[in-house]
Amino acid sequence: MSVPKWVNPKALHAGLLASVMCAALVMLPGSKAWAEYGDVVINNYSEDSDMRPVVFPHWFHRIRFRCKVCHGDLGFEFQAGGNDINMLKIIDGEYCGACHNGNIAWGVENCELCHSGKPGLETHVHGSTLKSLVTPGNQGQ
Amino acid sequence: MMFRIASVTLAAVMLVMPLSISAQSKDPLSFNRLMADPETRNAPPLKDGIHDPDNPATDRLQSPREAFSALPDANAGNYVDWVEALQDGLINPRYDLQDPDMSPTVMDLDIVREVKGSMPDVVFPHKEHTEWLDCANCHPAIFIPQRGANPLSMAAILMGEQCGACHGRVAFPVTQCRSCHSRSKTPADEAATQKEAQ
Repeated sequence: MSVPKWVNPKALHAGLLASVMCAALVMLPGSKAWAEYGDVVINNYSEDSDMRPVVFPHWFHRIRFRCKVCHGDLGFEFQAGGNDINMLKIIDGEYCGACHNGNIAWGVENCELCHSGKPGLETHVHGSTLKSLVTPGNQGQ
Repeated sequence: MMFRIASVTLAAVMLVMPLSISAQSKDPLSFNRLMADPETRNAPPLKDGIHDPDNPATDRLQSPREAFSALPDANAGNYVDWVEALQDGLINPRYDLQDPDMSPTVMDLDIVREVKGSMPDVVFPHKEHTEWLDCANCHPAIFIPQRGANPLSMAAILMGEQCGACHGRVAFPVTQCRSCHSRSKTPADEAATQKEAQ
């Protein structure tokens, strides 16, 4: 690298180092996950079947339906990953398939709208107290 | 000459930047990096850290920030006051899978739970709960519908049992102590508690 003679190499060095440190500081918070409280990641079978994990947005659904519709009428248990949902059941009209059938909500051919999670995510409720207590290393995820 | 001035300015900025950052961190009013920056709340799926940006459909998903813009604020969870949003008619979520016109049978009954510690007593409002849920969602699996039959504990709630089945997962989180512990003890209550302790 050619540097004009009037530039003090020490100052340049310090400046470069400082800018790298600044960049590192700015990038640190970027490693956190800011997903919505209550988003449910379901990875019971997805990645074993070479699909991305499912991200279920609770917030989106509660604007449209009260808790009772899914947790009463459709039989969803209050437990992330506790419903043993698979695509066969969905296509058969159970669970998500009660609405995601192409009539009420978009149908099962839109794989990537649900299977949209980062690879490697485990089944959990994002931002849940339980997860932050049981696995402190995963706080905020 | 212009290049020289620009270079000197750049070098000066590079040197001063770390100084200003260290000055900021010493400021007693500086922001705690461990807390979520309000700017990062309700992030769009492409930036929320759990959706895969490489997934071709991720950018078609709605941003919660956009959906929440007209809803009342809260201090935690989704930063939306869902109960107020429903009661003020800002949202009208459907109550029944089959019947679009069915409305919930709301039960307006407060249950007061006297707590042993120094926290205010808990007032459980059936009203707000029955606006969203069916009786069978909680009774009898989570709570036996009988007075005195459900000894509650914060430890169990924190571990996702009892109220923690929803609060701390999707309903307002358990950090909102005073949302439940909302009835101040009267001096008579406190005297009774002290007497009991003796």
